[in-house]
Amino acid sequence: MNPIIPMLVIVPLASAFLIMVLGKLIRDLPGYFTSAVFLVLLITSYYAWMHNGNGITVYKVGGWEAVNKIPIGIYMVLDGLSVIMLCLISTLGFLSAVYSLSYMKRYTGEEYYYALLCLLVAGMNGVVLSGDLFNIFVFLEISVIASYALVAFGVEKNELEASFKYQVLGGIASLLILFGIGLIYWKAKTLNIADIREAFKAGYDGTYYTFVQMLILCGFGVKAAIMPFHAWLPDAHSSAPSPISAMLSGVFIKAVGIYVILRLFFSMFVISEQIAFVITALGTLSMVFGVFLAIGQWDIKRLLAYHSISQMGYVIMSAGIGMILLSRGTRPDVALLAITGGLYHLINHAAFKGLLFLNAGALEYRLGTRDLKEMGGLASEMPITAGTSFVASMSISGIPPFNGFFSKLIIVIACIRGRFYLLAFLAILVSIITLASFLKFQRYAFYNKTNAGKDLTGKEVATPMVFSMIVLGMLCLLMSLLAIPSVRESLLKPAVDVLMDAGNCMSKIIGM
Amino acid sequence: MIPYWMCFALFLVGLYGVITRRNLVKIAISLSIMEVSTFLFFALMGYIEGGKFPIVDPAEPGQLYVDPLPQALVLTAIVIGLATTSLLMAVIIRIYRKYKTFDIREIRNLRG
Repeated sequence: MNPIIPMLVIVPLASAFLIMVLGKLIRDLPGYFTSAVFLVLLITSYYAWMHNGNGITVYKVGGWEAVNKIPIGIYMVLDGLSVIMLCLISTLGFLSAVYSLSYMKRYTGEEYYYALLCLLVAGMNGVVLSGDLFNIFVFLEISVIASYALVAFGVEKNELEASFKYQVLGGIASLLILFGIGLIYWKAKTLNIADIREAFKAGYDGTYYTFVQMLILCGFGVKAAIMPFHAWLPDAHSSAPSPISAMLSGVFIKAVGIYVILRLFFSMFVISEQIAFVITALGTLSMVFGVFLAIGQWDIKRLLAYHSISQMGYVIMSAGIGMILLSRGTRPDVALLAITGGLYHLINHAAFKGLLFLNAGALEYRLGTRDLKEMGGLASEMPITAGTSFVASMSISGIPPFNGFFSKLIIVIACIRGRFYLLAFLAILVSIITLASFLKFQRYAFYNKTNAGKDLTGKEVATPMVFSMIVLGMLCLLMSLLAIPSVRESLLKPAVDVLMDAGNCMSKIIGM
Repeated sequence: MIPYWMCFALFLVGLYGVITRRNLVKIAISLSIMEVSTFLFFALMGYIEGGKFPIVDPAEPGQLYVDPLPQALVLTAIVIGLATTSLLMAVIIRIYRKYKTFDIREIRNLRG
């Protein structure tokens, strides 16, 4: 079990460099090589998921053992939450790489693209696996720098402008995070997350602690595109090549944003009610305003990007509700339900938003435009794109029997049982507006006949792209199985336990 | 305490520059100033009054040493800072080739 953990980071990192060397010599190699590497990662991470169970596995880099129960080495930690993130990253990474095989034919410099994609995945795997604060920062920067370059990959006016905006905001966020890490190290004298928890538990200065929490929340809030910090997301996600948009919206904002927020605020800081309220408020804000900004968009990818903000709001909100209830110490069963709903929605969002961006890419690939007003009547010419995007649209707007319905249902039930009636109402309202906005997308892209006179060279896209879309469409349906309590119990329980019972898990890491 | 506050002031100077400057290169420079202030903060954090360089000398058991970890962290952070700055500069050069200007007010394709 142990040697798997560093391999998940080293393999994509090494293949990024191999691609740069070998890609110059053999022309078609980079795409197939990247797909093969991601397939290996996919199998490895599912193997890890099956075998890890409820346990926590720690890999100590360089074999530095703890002295007197004080960890001194670099820890890489594999637990229930990180293993789910690993599976998401490698699944979407593999499907995007396969999709890119034909999509990226339009661009030059394919080997750079695939090398950057490998770096992106390596960085995200590193973030979810590392058990200390500074390594989270280093891997975060690896993946973020790769994403800056990938957003600008088209090197046209829009792509460059989006990338510049993203780099300035992302740069400020990284510095806030680094500053926060420095302040934590100053007081706690350690960087290991489990050890910091012990140090803070003993006693801390309230004002200082809140300041650090705010710095960290703002920094990772920019990376996760929570509402007041969201300005870069619609530009960056709509300008990147479509498989990269799927990666960025599907897993990137979760792995480097939401995962780290959950990990730090549940496991490292002692949960306080004020910060839980702030997180819930931010989540609700992005949930409501994201969807209102989305509904007026005519560019498909911008529309989808604003919906990412709104859907991530659901996840943050339900995690915040869980935190509020945990800090009060009452109703732990409702807190459990809220956190489960949030995680379930996070997984579902990866499937349907990845699929929607791939659909948008297929439309753009065939028609050369992203403007909904210039499309229409494509359902008969592109049946698979139309069918899969219908599945994804119904899924994101919460129509049964697709997966989005069940996760939203769990979140709403948790809101009502925790007596957050306003939040429950808002969650349902946002879901209805989402439905309206996706009916517009469906109607204008696939069923409207107004542009029938125009020459639409709509034809179904190439096999690799179709393969990725069908697999994600099936996943959207399959994941609704998680609504059955016993299945949900067995698959999501380890991840929820890590968050619910953070103190216990962290002391286990120290004991190893 | 004064060096820490000066360090924070430098951070704010950089932030002010990022927000108010209109020239792309000046924004990049302001970001670098912010970066340097964070590095300085890390270096200050490891300093201990009267501490020696952190190579343990068995002949002097009571000797104070400065904290070596922040220095190691700063080295890593500087390398990362180099990568971000060079990528930012590369994008700025590309923007100049497309738009023929460094003025951020004229680079406004994306909105809404």
